Amino acid sequence: MAQFIQQIINGLNVGSIYALIALGYTMVYGIVKLINFAHGDILMIGAYFGFFALATFNVPFGLALVISMILCALVGMAIDRLAYKPLRNAPRISALITALGMSMLLQNLFRLLFGAQPRRMPAVIELKRIEIAPGIAISNLAIITILLSVGLMLLLEFVVKKTKTGKAMRAVSEDKAAAKLMGVNVDKTISITFAIGSALGAVGGLLYAINYYQVEPYMGMMPGLKAFVAAVLGGIGVLPGAMLGGFVIGLIETLTKGYISTTWADAFVFGILIIVLIFKPAGILGKNTREKV
Amino acid sequence: MSLLKTEHIGMTFGGLKAVSDFSIEINENELVGLIGPNGAGKTTIFNMLTGVYAPTEGKVFLGETVVNKKKPYQIVTMGLGRTFQNIRLFKELSVIDNIKIAFHKDMSYSTVSAVFRGKKYWKEEKEIDIKARELLGLFNMEEDANVLSSNLPYGKQRKLEICRALATNPKLLLLDEPAAGMNPQETKELMETIAFIREKFKVSILLIEHDMSLVMGICERIIVIDYGRVIAAGTPDEIKSNEKVIGAYLGQ
Amino acid sequence: MDKKVISGYIKNITAIMVVYAIIFYLIQIKVINNYYNGILILAGIYIIVAASLNLATGYLGQLALGHAGFMAIGAYTAALFAIAVDLPKYVELVAGLILGGVVAGIFGLIIGIPALRLRGDYLGIVTLGFGEIIRIALLNLSFTGGAAGLKGIPRYVNFTEIYFLVVLVIAFLFAFIRSRHGRAILSIKEDEIAAESVGIPTTFYKVYGFVVSAFIAGVGGGALGFYQRILDPKKFNFMFSVEFFIIVVLGGMGSITGTILAALALAFINEFLYSIDELRLVIYALTLIILMIFKSDGLLGRKEFSLIKLLNRFSKKTKIENAD
Repeated sequence: MAQFIQQIINGLNVGSIYALIALGYTMVYGIVKLINFAHGDILMIGAYFGFFALATFNVPFGLALVISMILCALVGMAIDRLAYKPLRNAPRISALITALGMSMLLQNLFRLLFGAQPRRMPAVIELKRIEIAPGIAISNLAIITILLSVGLMLLLEFVVKKTKTGKAMRAVSEDKAAAKLMGVNVDKTISITFAIGSALGAVGGLLYAINYYQVEPYMGMMPGLKAFVAAVLGGIGVLPGAMLGGFVIGLIETLTKGYISTTWADAFVFGILIIVLIFKPAGILGKNTREKV
Repeated sequence: MSLLKTEHIGMTFGGLKAVSDFSIEINENELVGLIGPNGAGKTTIFNMLTGVYAPTEGKVFLGETVVNKKKPYQIVTMGLGRTFQNIRLFKELSVIDNIKIAFHKDMSYSTVSAVFRGKKYWKEEKEIDIKARELLGLFNMEEDANVLSSNLPYGKQRKLEICRALATNPKLLLLDEPAAGMNPQETKELMETIAFIREKFKVSILLIEHDMSLVMGICERIIVIDYGRVIAAGTPDEIKSNEKVIGAYLGQ
Repeated sequence: MDKKVISGYIKNITAIMVVYAIIFYLIQIKVINNYYNGILILAGIYIIVAASLNLATGYLGQLALGHAGFMAIGAYTAALFAIAVDLPKYVELVAGLILGGVVAGIFGLIIGIPALRLRGDYLGIVTLGFGEIIRIALLNLSFTGGAAGLKGIPRYVNFTEIYFLVVLVIAFLFAFIRSRHGRAILSIKEDEIAAESVGIPTTFYKVYGFVVSAFIAGVGGGALGFYQRILDPKKFNFMFSVEFFIIVVLGGMGSITGTILAALALAFINEFLYSIDELRLVIYALTLIILMIFKSDGLLGRKEFSLIKLLNRFSKKTKIENAD
């Protein structure tokens, strides 16, 4: 039992990171109907920015986090402007290929700039394990990770539901043309969406790097894919869905690792995704839509 | 015996009744109009008849068979062809390929015969090539056979869609707003085309239309629906003077 | 069969044999050395797999992001078969390739029947997930050699074998596409609802097209094993699937000759850029993005490239010029 609860705690820890990253996928998909494959690499970039801030410039963790968020937001906006915006009315498959190309570009650009060797993330905080009950411990890092993630998700929920920008975002995702007619600046709204998504991705990336102690150019790929799976699982385009999906994926992953097999864990994640999509294509919280004839 | 008969069919979308208690009977060699204000449920009825939606209530008969659960492609083979409100051609394919695709169900050569270019392949391909050109010829479109269908002028696109539906060899043809977007001259030509189709192909036609001059001009029977229910049925003259119809259209 | 068709066949077969003879001769006199020969063979395998993907994505219009998975299944099946049995070379080669294709096709059927009900991106995601599962399975199963890879596969494929395999696959695809079955597949990409409304059983043809695509990808995988003699499960990852996707898009979705040209071009460009490996992938990615932005339907679009037509047009032109 103690072991099970321990696994749940670990699952929530990883899951909260996946959830943060999944939000970026789902926001962008909701607003421009594009699987932004480069989002996984945004988290890699975020981790690198954080790494340099922490290791090279020795800034405190909080500041490093903010710097990384701001820079990633800018990168996210730039990617949208340069690569995706010209293809807004092109066939969707072209935009998808561009996203794949962007993902390759970022990975290999960072490899070119900083080398393929993983770099060791400095210990940001002194790692402490807090014993909650006999055999169940939670690290202070896990607490920070979970609290920070949940806090940011609540903040995002507030922004989307209560602010004018959030309203504009929802309007654009519902119907671009109508939103434009209502005076919403569509391009600006899309930019903001990319910025917010990328900033959240940066946090996810930095936390991921701290949890696994390293940064490297291809580090975004697997967590990116899994976060994407989380977004689809929860219902792509639905914010609470991404959060739910993130936690579900995190839990499935740690439980399979703990009880079935470490090496098969990723196969389980994808297997469950396929089963969910086949029986409920719109994801857990998504709505089914039918094509108009 | 009737070609098509529905018994009290209805369609509910997530609690919203789009169509209810719709009954109709169409016999051989008839031309029936289905009219009603926007959003009255006309296209939904077409979609139920052609198998795109399965009605949530009632029964649809083609001949004597209940076809409620049949797929659209199965219904086509039973002699029901259709066109769409917002023209659905195979845009990036040539005009003649659009027609040839509609002949698919009449062909039977296997993949093996196709890949090894067997006798049956050549025979059937030759047959449908001739048939497709003949059909296009009837509509004065033989010249356009190799044109990409999306490059055709609007009026011809409508005509090609009808032509493609006829290639499936229907006994009953459903036309969804065939005159939409046409100018009066094109509408007049369309009326002639429809008359020609009846004469030549001996099909019955059920059409949805907003253009009253067309409906009143060619239909023998008209069914009027509003809010998913039949509010009137009869000859054009009876419909013209029906108070419920006038009310529905003028919003009283 | 009329005369025009027969003369077309003769022209094509002649062209195929002439090209083969030229390249074979160049290999014999070492103008094409082992290194370039190797690139040609790999390019041939890429052509096969990319052409199979073009069937699923370019013609059928279904987003498939896991073709490396089908390829892996074909590769391992063919290789394990050849290792297990002791038959003459060409029997093992042909039976191995067919077996690899069939098993890949069966997996295509298993994944295709439920997944092809999904539209667009969702199908892409399911195929992506499928590809990953296959890779993880190959890494962990013991009879496939696990993470260390599968070794000791006989080398049955050289230039001649791959050349005629490519010819076979391409001829098959052309004949298949230009038939009633091919037209049904094309109509689904254009407009599924309209296709159904003129009597095309769309579900059947979606699954059928997808299974044929998986089959060919499996054959391509089999050929890869028989050439490389070793299979590394880590190679069959998502980026590998993406590479085939890129070839299809670059060449033009719905153009088989486009796929051939793009696969050849990429195979060689990749090799030339190998000396500056760090930059290679950056250039590759940048080219892809720029190409998408400025010419999103690929190099050939849906057009097919024909040497004979080109020659005809050229000779006509010169005739007209001479007449002037």
